[in-house]
Parts: sequence; C-alpha cells; structure tokens
Amino acid sequence: MNHSKLSSDNYHIHISARQKLFDLKLKEVWEYRDLIWMFTKRKFTVYYKQTILGPAWLLLSPLITGLIYAFVFGGIANINTEGVPGILFYLSGTAIWTFFSSSLMNNASAFTSNAHLFGKVYFPRLTVPIANVLSSAIDFCFHFVPVAVFLIYYILAGRVTPNWAALALLPVCLLHLGIMGLGFGIIISSLTTKYRDLSILIQFGVTLWMYATPVVYPLSMLEKGWMKTVLLINPATMPIEFFRYALLGQGTIDPFCLTVSWITTMMIALLGIIIFNKVERNFMDTV
Amino acid sequence: MDNQKIAINISGVTKQYRLGQIGGGTLTHDLQSWWAKVRGKDDPNTKIGAKHISGETLMALNCIDLTVYKGERVGIIGKNGAGKSTLLKLLCRVTAPTSGEIDIYGRITSMLEVGTGFHSEMTGRENIYMNGAILGMNKNEIDSKMQDIIEFSEVKEFIDTPVKRYSSGMFVKLAFSVAAHLDSEIMIMDEVLAVGDMAFQKKCLDKMNDVSRSQGRTILYVSHNMNTIRRLCDRCIVLDEGRVIFDGDVEKGIDIYLSDSRDKEIIKDRYLYDDSYRYLNWGSPDFRIMALEMRNTAIECSSKFTLKLDIKTTGDWHNVFFRFEITMINSIKVATMFSDKGVDFKKGDEKKIVFLLDTAHLTPAKYRVDIVAYVTDQVGEDHFIDGVYPGFVFQINDRINEHNSIVWHQQYWGAIHLQDVVIQEIN
Repeated sequence: MNHSKLSSDNYHIHISARQKLFDLKLKEVWEYRDLIWMFTKRKFTVYYKQTILGPAWLLLSPLITGLIYAFVFGGIANINTEGVPGILFYLSGTAIWTFFSSSLMNNASAFTSNAHLFGKVYFPRLTVPIANVLSSAIDFCFHFVPVAVFLIYYILAGRVTPNWAALALLPVCLLHLGIMGLGFGIIISSLTTKYRDLSILIQFGVTLWMYATPVVYPLSMLEKGWMKTVLLINPATMPIEFFRYALLGQGTIDPFCLTVSWITTMMIALLGIIIFNKVERNFMDTV
Repeated sequence: MDNQKIAINISGVTKQYRLGQIGGGTLTHDLQSWWAKVRGKDDPNTKIGAKHISGETLMALNCIDLTVYKGERVGIIGKNGAGKSTLLKLLCRVTAPTSGEIDIYGRITSMLEVGTGFHSEMTGRENIYMNGAILGMNKNEIDSKMQDIIEFSEVKEFIDTPVKRYSSGMFVKLAFSVAAHLDSEIMIMDEVLAVGDMAFQKKCLDKMNDVSRSQGRTILYVSHNMNTIRRLCDRCIVLDEGRVIFDGDVEKGIDIYLSDSRDKEIIKDRYLYDDSYRYLNWGSPDFRIMALEMRNTAIECSSKFTLKLDIKTTGDWHNVFFRFEITMINSIKVATMFSDKGVDFKKGDEKKIVFLLDTAHLTPAKYRVDIVAYVTDQVGEDHFIDGVYPGFVFQINDRINEHNSIVWHQQYWGAIHLQDVVIQEIN
C-alpha cells in the first residue's frame, strides 16, 4: 500500500457539493481493511468483557433459544419437522436466522450508534456495516458449535444425512444472507438518521419477518396458496432453506427462486450503498 | 519549505444549516413538498417571495476562499459560532459543503477530538491499534510506530490495562500520542493541544513544531488560546460570521480578534461605572468609584498622563489606597501601580481625585487598567473595598527615544522595557 510513504503527490482529495451517484467508494473501503478487522475485533472483545462466562454465552444463548423453540413449536404446537430431530431443526434455524437478523439489526443503527465517531473523523463509513456483518459471522461460528455437536450425534445415530455437496457451498449461503442483511440494514439506517420511527418499527419488523420465513417450520409444511407465495417472494426464504438442505438433507430448493433472491439481494445492497454514501455526507447535520 | 505547492485550496465554500428542530413534524412537510413536486405544483412549504429562506437557515460558512501552501502553520481564530469548527469539519470530510469545492493535496489527519474510537474496555495497546486504524494507518504502520507512541505517551506501565482504569490525563496523553505519530502531510487540530499537564502540553507543542518544521507538514489549528497560536503558527486567519475577515500576520490577526471580542475595550476618555464594571458582591457598597475622566487616551512622546476619578462614599473610610492593575489586551497582567499615599473619606463625601500615572517602562501597545481601592490592616493584609473592571483603556503609541530604530517585538520581549543596562567597563 502506498500509505506507508510520504508521497503527497499521489493523494488528492476533491470535496464538492455535488456528488457522483454511482461512486461506491469500494476501493477506499479496501484500503481501510485493517480498520474493518479492528471494528470486528472490538465488537467481539468488548461485548464479553467483564462477564463470568465470557464467550461461553455465545454457545449458551442459541442453545437456550433453540430449546425454547423446540418446546413451543415442536412440543406444544407440534409442528412437523419432516423427520429431522426437533432440537437440531430449531437449533440450526436459530443459528442461521440470528446471523441474518443481527446483521440487519446492527446495521439498522449503524449511523445513530456511531454518530460520535462519524462526527469526529473521516474514514470510509461503509467499514462499519461490513464489520457488523463480519462480527455477526463470527458469532455464527460459535452458534454453530452446538448445532455441529447435535448434527454429528444424529449422523452417527443415522437419523440425518447432510447433503455434502451443498454443505461445501455453505459459505456462499452465509455471504448471501450477509449481503442481504447489510443491504437492508444500511437502507434502514440511512432512513433513520432523519426519522427515528423506523428504528422502533424494525424490532417488530424483524420478528414478523422471521415468521414469514421458514425458520421455525419447514417450507414444505405450506400448501400452495397466498402464504406460500409470500414465502417464496421473501428473499430470505431460499438461503435459509438451502442451509437446512445442506445440513439436514431436508428442504426444497427452487433454483429459480434462489436466483431471484440473489438478484434482489444484490440490488438491495447496491441501493443501500448508494443511499448510505449519500446520507453519510451530511448526516452529522441531521442526526 | 516549498511555498509554491498548494496543500489545500478552498473555493467558494458555503455551509448552510437549517435552524430549529430537524425531524419530528417535518415528515408531513417533506411529504407535502414531495407530493407537490410530483404533481408539478409549487412547494407549499416555501415562503412566498423568499428565494433564500434566510429566516430558517444559518450560513455557518459564507463563500470562503482560501489557499494554504505546503508547510504553512495556519492558526484559525474567531468568536464562538464564527465557523471555525465547521470549516475544519468540512476539511476532515465529516460533513459536506452546501456549495463550493475543496481540493486537498496530501494525506490529511483530523484531530477534532483526541481518542476517537477509544473504548474504555480495551487496553491501551488495543486502543492504539483502534485509534490508529480510524485515523488511517494500517496495521504495519502502527506496529512500526508502537514503541515511539508508547514512549511519548508516558503511560508505558499501564499500556496493557483497560483504559477505563486510566486517569483522564493518562487517557488524553495516550490519545494524543497516537495522533502525533501519523505520517500525514496535513494535520487539522481543534484545540486538542489543551491536554494533560503543563509539561505534556509543552511536549505536544514542541512535537507539533518539530514535525511541521523538519518535515514540512502543513498544520491547521483552531484555538482560543492565543499563546499557543503564537507559538505554533506562522499565519493567522480570523473568521467572523462565516467569513474570513483577516488573513496574514499572526500578531495582527490576534489583535483584530481580541479587539473585536471585547466591546468594553474601546478607548474612551470618559467612563461611568455601573454594576456591569463590578464583580457581584465584591467590596463595600458604601464606597463607590463613580466615574473617570482622562485627557489623553493615546500617549505618544510623553510617558505621563493624568486622570480624574469621582468617588462617592456613604461611610467613613480612613487611609484608602488605589491600585492600577495593567493588563495587556490578551488578558496577561503586565504590571501594577500603587497610589503614593492614602486618602481619608467621610460619610457623604463626593471627592474628585486627580492621579498622575507614569508609564515610562511600558512598550507601545493597547492596555487595559483595572482600578482597585483598598485599605490595609495592621498585619499588612489588604482589604478590597471597590474595583472597576476595566477601569479604562489606553494606548501607547510608538515612542521616539534614543532606540528609535528598534521595533519592539512584544510577543518575544514582553510588555516592559526596563531601563537600559549600563555598560560599566570595556576591557
């Protein structure tokens, strides 16, 4: 990187009242990749400082949520999990949904919760949302541990068979959900700098979204009808079904829906970055 | 220093702020405006006949044009709300201008605050990485400078302790050290040198002086402390209400700023002292300096001048002395003169006292004089009975004496020109 030398001729910053709409500033983000990593690390280390269990909470909290879901949806509501052991079904669903929802939620407050930082020094603002997704991804790795334990147990017991080929594509699935969470998150974040209402609404919104996504029930449970249509339009449906399909060998993947979901995701992300960069220029005056 | 190369070029920059509350109620306005625009109608929220809605907006910066050359150390001063911080924010790209263009040649570091991104739960070392990364260093750069930063910060033994256990002084020392070790050609600072104890402040100033002189870095510095501006800067810009009102010599700039910022320091030959000249609940209400009259407010050739004080008493006072405390316009006390004898007052007196002041040793400048009346007790302790702040303002113009070829550099030599040293012997 040419940062290390005092070569001022290479550096020219032009600040203007006008701005190019499609200037995504991704090159600059790449130059600040160390900062992205620092943000990620900070989020992780700070969160568990001065707790007794420390990162063990990362293993415990999805386990507790998974057990509650297994009890409520599996035990009481008696939802059919297509032969997959209930606990494994709910644990995996929780893990992957938490990754998506925390990517989204953390980014939904990216501007407001970093106002003190953004107001004092310039760095490519997009580093913060990217770091948020990365730290959600690290959390996911921990959340995945109990899933893996149960998975291995049930594989050995012969009750589930993963789809190994699809399993290799798991990072792609994570990338898919990560980009989607980032895109939706920064759009919401950009809109909340002026009107805070949305940040309150988003809490309900994400919960509602979860029920509109096959997280606590399999997609196959729904017959054809308007509900199924809603689920198939929902861009989060396909990556989550894909995750289950890879892991548990259960689920329905519609290649057409998956492609549409990818296109939607990329459009949302692009739109998000454009809005984000636009808002970023002046948000300190309105936040 | 290469004075030909431009570091920063600002042309026609304006920054407009909307006054009043933003959000809350404006959604309906925004929707109205938007709906009107969609239908091609006039915006219902624009004021009729007003093209620039000046009632609801504020021009924090009003068409600023500036060029800063490489290696210059520019001090920016001005009253609160003059637009200093807004200008720095624009340069740091924290916010964007409403109109105009800015070109910056070289890496730029902003220190609008020390310790941006510091997290209290992380250790000193972790925070150095964090802060350095935010300020634009990559990990290798920070690694190579880590040792210097720790040395400079004086908190070596606590470097692996969470910064929440630091004293506030240690915190800012560490934070400043990171910023001071950046390899950027342009540094933008907003009064951040006012950190730590006196020794550390001096160290910071020296460091800044050093990096700018030896490495030719450009510095933009905003402060209300005129002494740091004097020490650090070689060019001064005075802002007022979003405009540049002065650009050039540091001393002249400081003069303009200071004379502008104190309305009471206008030279007058007659003063009537009301309560605004006094500190609340100070002194005795039965002794009052009422007014002052003086013949010359500007002293040229002669060093002596007279002034007349009107004093009213509603009590008996014995042996009252007067003290004239001379202050430079930048609030640094220069000298004090005492009356040569005490004066007695009876209840209901209205006396006019004429004083003769000799300012032989003061150098040419504008001075402020605070007048204090006091009595002394048996142990020599003085008791304040009345005081006016400021008593009066006067100006000493250039004196013609045997050293008339010398221009007095007050910022280096001080305000008192003592009697010449006698050379007794030359061998």
